[in-house]
Amino acid sequence: MTGMKVQELVIISGKGGTGKTSLTASFAVLAAFPILADCDVDAADLHLILAPTIRERHEFRSGNEAVIRSADCISCEKCFDVCRFGAVVPGGEGEAFAIDPVACEGCGVCVRFCPVAAIDFPESLCGEWLVSETRCGPMVHARLGVAAENSGKLVSTVRSEARRLAEENKHGLVIVDGPPGIGCPVIASLTGTSQALVVTEPTVSGEHDLERVLKLAQHFGIPTSVCVNKWDLNPAMTAQIEALALRSGARIAGRIRYDNGVTAAQMLGKAVVETEAPSAGDIRLVWKSLGL
Amino acid sequence: MKVAFTTSGQNLDAPMDARFGRATGFLVYDTDSDTFEPVDNQQSVNTAQGAGIQATEAIVRHGANCLVTGHCGPNAFRALSAAGIRIYTTEAATVAEALEAFRAGTLATINSADVEGHWS
Amino acid sequence: MILAVASGKGGTGKTTVSVNLARSTGSAVQLLDCDVEEPNAHLFLCGLKTGSEIVTIPIPEVDESLCDACGECGRFCRYHAIVSFGASPLVFPEMCHGCGGCTLVCPRGAIREIGRRVGVVETQEVDGITLIQGRIDIGVAMAPPLIRAVKSRMNSKGATVILDAPPGTSCPVIATLRGSDYVLLVTEPTPFGLHDLRLAVDMVRELTIPFGVVVNRMGVGDDRVHQFCREQEIPILLEIPDDRRIAEAYSRGELVVDALPEYRSHFATLLWNIRDSRRSQS
Repeated sequence: MTGMKVQELVIISGKGGTGKTSLTASFAVLAAFPILADCDVDAADLHLILAPTIRERHEFRSGNEAVIRSADCISCEKCFDVCRFGAVVPGGEGEAFAIDPVACEGCGVCVRFCPVAAIDFPESLCGEWLVSETRCGPMVHARLGVAAENSGKLVSTVRSEARRLAEENKHGLVIVDGPPGIGCPVIASLTGTSQALVVTEPTVSGEHDLERVLKLAQHFGIPTSVCVNKWDLNPAMTAQIEALALRSGARIAGRIRYDNGVTAAQMLGKAVVETEAPSAGDIRLVWKSLGL
Repeated sequence: MKVAFTTSGQNLDAPMDARFGRATGFLVYDTDSDTFEPVDNQQSVNTAQGAGIQATEAIVRHGANCLVTGHCGPNAFRALSAAGIRIYTTEAATVAEALEAFRAGTLATINSADVEGHWS
Repeated sequence: MILAVASGKGGTGKTTVSVNLARSTGSAVQLLDCDVEEPNAHLFLCGLKTGSEIVTIPIPEVDESLCDACGECGRFCRYHAIVSFGASPLVFPEMCHGCGGCTLVCPRGAIREIGRRVGVVETQEVDGITLIQGRIDIGVAMAPPLIRAVKSRMNSKGATVILDAPPGTSCPVIATLRGSDYVLLVTEPTPFGLHDLRLAVDMVRELTIPFGVVVNRMGVGDDRVHQFCREQEIPILLEIPDDRRIAEAYSRGELVVDALPEYRSHFATLLWNIRDSRRSQS
């Protein structure tokens, strides 16, 4: 039967910059035959460590955008009146109106109501997704175009391609480097996954954001673990955060110490566990505790 | 009556696809004439959002009365119920096996979504 | 002046810069926390809560007595938020972008709009700073409508407005940056920092807003970010050292300018540098 769920680990954080990508790179090294998926499509960094060789490029087209044909525009302002997203830029005295592609949400209302049908509605090229080879296994990654919509859809595409690769090549595990926040790209990363790991930091921001992302994971019924990165920056806050995690029904996957070795590894284009950095041992223990 | 099976293939020996919204396609089987018609679902796989809803629209267009699949998410469930399509689940490996089970009346129906939806 | 603080990469120090800059401004200043998914500014500036409003977006509601199931609404909708299977239309609220199209195209006038709650906008006054933050409800996917609601409460007359943006380069960040007079991009001198800074620079150039860079955690990496800024003629307006005490103060929710007064001049200078840079870029 096709389409059965492969084991999938999604690494998220709530707050940005806690170390998701650094950790994903190390897990990629420690896992046996994983498929990697970089779902942080806004600001993808995993490739900087895993140095992929691109095998396939695919255009990502999703949704439409409105484009006014200036020669046919009669400056009647109808499009301006109906647009809810402030995407219509009025022309000067008797001049053609224009659509701001950054603001346009592709709803099609202006297209429908233009009295002279002067608005085209082509499909949007929003970005691209790629399938590559890395030293740790195949990797699916993507780049969303500047100000593009449908990041959730691109994330879903990356995930489903990674899962398809896993099924085809009989790999047991997909590791997903997730995006920050709790909005549509994160929701697209989380729904229907086997388990999530939240990487957080021992700060008031980390605690605040962890609470929200745990609620999101709970909302989707995802078994979740939490790991505090740079834990010794504030041991009291680390304990507070771990208590919060347990109260929310998550398990503790371990702690990783504050370590300049993490940046040093990044500078060398290596995963932390490919170096002698002190935190490498902590990361191995976290991986072990995930039981994958 | 017309029964839609979620599948990645074009004929009765094809493997069943456990998904509905993101299934690569369907085989719509007509029990009266004993014929079948493959339906492509690539549009739903690629759609910006609402794959389950779009997949429902696709099988409705082909006159399906019933659906046989692995799982069904919440949006798809609402759409299928509104369209009056009965939903059966199976773990059969191929369409032919699922069809046999359907004819024998051994397939379970579901009364609510049995998996979380996907955002898109 | 409307100043936005953004970055490509998360965790570079946008909120640190925003809240310390707000504190350093002295005169009438509004800080708008547009990171509605994970608003953090209030953790550093706690004051008197002066307002809280629920924000909704318009979604369709069908009057079944007027609906004749023609299906026009379903055919029009680009988001599968309203569908019709020959029975009364189904609405999927979480898909709806609030464009109003279905309401307009219904030949029977059978659709009206009702509000769907997406989050709240909260206001606080803290020592001369007006803090306005958005907080999206858990499970709501689209941030831009709430970000627009936060920005609608801006009053830029005579005040300095600072917008704390979310990380990334896609629609929530764009919704925050549009209409700003100047953008500060906060980065760190590492491979991830530089890579994401390039993406953020592309984004800000697309929006044609003047901008400058703040390099945080100086010394943790190398000079690749400086090289890039030199090549691209992008001004670096502030460098913050990789000082563990800053990280510790941040972890406790303390303002750098309070915990480590020696950094006050850094943020005061930043303000001047922004004003100079803006003038020279216009």
